[in-house]
Amino acid sequence: MDLSFTPEERAFREEMRRFFRTEIPAEIREKAGKGEHVSKADLITTQQAMNKAGLATPHWPRAWGGRDWTPVQTYIWLDEMQTNSVPAPLAFNTSMVGPVIAEFGSEAQKQRFLPATANLDIWWCQGFSEPGAGSDLAGLRTSAVRDGDEWVVNGQKTWTTLAQHADWIFCLCRTDPNAAKKQQGISFILIDMKTPGITVRPIQTLDGGHEVNEVWFDEVRVPYENLVGEENKGWDYAKFLLGNERTGIARVGVSKARLLRLRELAKLERIGDKPLIEDRHFREKLTALEIELRALEMTQLRVVAGERDRPRGVPNPMSSILKLKGSEIQQATTELLMELVGPYAMPYHAGAEPEGDNDPQSIGPEYAAEAAPTYFNWRKISIYGGSNEIQRNILAKAILGF
Amino acid sequence: MDFDLNDDQRLLKDSVERLITDKYGFDQRRANMAAPGGWSRTMWAQFAELGLLGLPFAEEHGGFGGGPVEAMIVAEAFGRGLVLEPYLATVILGGGLIRRAGDAATQASLLPQIASGELLLAFAHVEPQSRYELHNVATIARQDGARWRLEGDKGVVLHGDCANKILVTARTAGSTRDRTGIGLFLVDVPGEGVSVRGYPTQDGLRAAEVSLAGATGIPLGDPANALPAIERVVDEALAFLAAEAVGVMAAMHASTVDYMKQRKQFGRAIGDFQALQHRAVDMLVLLEQARSMALLATMMVAEDDPVERHKVAAAAKVQIGRSGRKLGQEAVQLHGGIGVTMEYMVGHYFKRMSMIEILFGDADTHLAQLAEGSGVLEAA
Ligand SMILES: Cc1cc2nc3c(=O)[nH]c(=O)nc-3n(C[C@H](O)[C@H](O)[C@H](O)COP(=O)(O)OP(=O)(O)OC[C@H]3O[C@@H](n4cnc5c(N)ncnc54)[C@H](O)[C@@H]3O)c2cc1C
Repeated sequence: MDLSFTPEERAFREEMRRFFRTEIPAEIREKAGKGEHVSKADLITTQQAMNKAGLATPHWPRAWGGRDWTPVQTYIWLDEMQTNSVPAPLAFNTSMVGPVIAEFGSEAQKQRFLPATANLDIWWCQGFSEPGAGSDLAGLRTSAVRDGDEWVVNGQKTWTTLAQHADWIFCLCRTDPNAAKKQQGISFILIDMKTPGITVRPIQTLDGGHEVNEVWFDEVRVPYENLVGEENKGWDYAKFLLGNERTGIARVGVSKARLLRLRELAKLERIGDKPLIEDRHFREKLTALEIELRALEMTQLRVVAGERDRPRGVPNPMSSILKLKGSEIQQATTELLMELVGPYAMPYHAGAEPEGDNDPQSIGPEYAAEAAPTYFNWRKISIYGGSNEIQRNILAKAILGF
Repeated sequence: MDFDLNDDQRLLKDSVERLITDKYGFDQRRANMAAPGGWSRTMWAQFAELGLLGLPFAEEHGGFGGGPVEAMIVAEAFGRGLVLEPYLATVILGGGLIRRAGDAATQASLLPQIASGELLLAFAHVEPQSRYELHNVATIARQDGARWRLEGDKGVVLHGDCANKILVTARTAGSTRDRTGIGLFLVDVPGEGVSVRGYPTQDGLRAAEVSLAGATGIPLGDPANALPAIERVVDEALAFLAAEAVGVMAAMHASTVDYMKQRKQFGRAIGDFQALQHRAVDMLVLLEQARSMALLATMMVAEDDPVERHKVAAAAKVQIGRSGRKLGQEAVQLHGGIGVTMEYMVGHYFKRMSMIEILFGDADTHLAQLAEGSGVLEAA
């Protein structure tokens, strides 16, 4: 057992750090670090810079821009990205649809989509969830019926993140309503968002932002060739997709950056006659959270190291611990920021809406503006991507054998 | 001991609850929020008609002589409705300060105007450096002939943007954190040297930043020693907020249990999962503990001994803060995705609860202070 990083790994970390700190505009990292809204243009700039350096899709197959890194390298890459507050490449592109197309898509689909997906020339959104199919995703009802060389799609997706920016959507559609098991009649279909019959309706989140949408399909005609892989095998591809990139899920680096920032901000806030950082109780809470995070980081490294010996695309059930604890810690950092800010967490900054160009009016200290919106918004982290309850169910079955 | 309401109290409860049910549904509330100023003058007139605006005041002042229990009844119903109107600011804080600090003439002139709905008030005490300390006051009041002039900045003044008069804490002597030398001043708005910048708060209510640059203030009570009256009124506000929080929590809990019975996943109601049933039961325990502390605070708020009174008010704030946070987070979580949207009521309850947590000191702040003392149990 050797728990330290090798000299090569340390050098690799240096290289990553240098890249992220020099090649990604400081202004974007600063915004992201403060929890301010990062615009579509910022995300594109960031991902294109990373892609140019071969750093947007290191986990893809080599032929399509992958790097054949060890799991530890991938971990270091992600950790440096997160701790330096670099917005991650769009997950829908690089973690979800890209790997699925690379693994199961036709040659024509690979040529057409993969380079553009890596470079964020195409913005993808994920059309899985429906009003009646959340945790029970296999209960989805949006249908695709074959008509000659086309699919005719009808139904409704919901919670579709950033569909308002998207050029394409990858959808799970029911193609065999009579299959013996509901998981068996589902196909994975790529749909151009400009196709007639698609309507996008915004859903406002609690912080006032617009990041999720309903997407309606009314007699939407899609070329048959936009099917990925085989008909009625979509559930397998979805499982592959969800099993990919499980280690990033804990977002340890994000929490690390937030906790470091909390410590700095606590020097600026005053409680009674002293800075908040000198308040024993606050410091203990902050420190306790740091301990939890160190532990999670080690757990994450254990999962990463174990990945070498696991078949690809089969998630390690331990990654459910990463999701569960990782979301609890992220949410706890937002609570601590609320407590740090105090009364000035109350003003609602009308200008803070995503894509809004108007400056938030400055009321109270600058860092106070994001406290409540982030606290409210980040309740989502324990709901999406398999809720914490679903993660517990997985752990109960897969690890405890109940 | 008797936890039952008397006939008048039951009548009050029925009529306020009916008003909230009939007039304060989700869409109606949204419409009220969109009205100029962010709340409904029509609702305010109805509160006046029902006698709610003069509830705590003596009959001679146009009131109904209601006590803490009556205030609790109103607060709980307002919590269920997520009422936007400036009741806390005007009636509980503003009216309370006039009752506790004002002389007979001031009371006789202002309280009836509150009861009738004409006069709106706000209480300006937070300052950029004060956090939750009421006695942390840097705003200065200087005597200038027969007048007092105020200099300083006040922040997050609840409903400060609609008030006709703002009650401002200002220092007449001593240094920023001294407990003595604090006065309470009535400032007319609009007025020379007063600037008010209103904005919505995270829960859809309103607040304002108030700058005073030589504004004229009329002292309310002793300009050198208003803190005891202020602390008393803030304890009353804490009892009110505790009851409002109970209304918010009860509504969140009911909504969650309802939703669990309706929402189907995996071919059954999610409420069939025992793991989730236990979560809902834990929420019930949080709610009932909070309700009990809110009741205790209501019982004790008329207590004249400031130490005993404050101890219980602060303890209630700790309990509702902790219960409310956990219960709110669980309510959102158990609703799944719709819990984090503006389109469903539960998220709005969660946001109001989060703001109540902050108002007049969060749980940690009150806990730290209580822990400095000799505990909260009664001596055997
Ligand atoms: C901000 C946000 C962004 C999202 N982005 C996308 C996106 O881009 N694309 C997409 O397809 N989807 C997206 N989702 C959807 C997300 O994956 C679902 O919200 C999630 O699967 C939960 O489904 P639900 O909201 O219907 O809740 P439900 O499944 O109805 O769950 C309600 C509650 O019941 C619990 N529960 C359900 N089943 C069980 C069980 N068997 N045992 C114990 N507890 C259970 C849940 O944990 C939850 O607490 C997003 C969601 C959010 C909130």
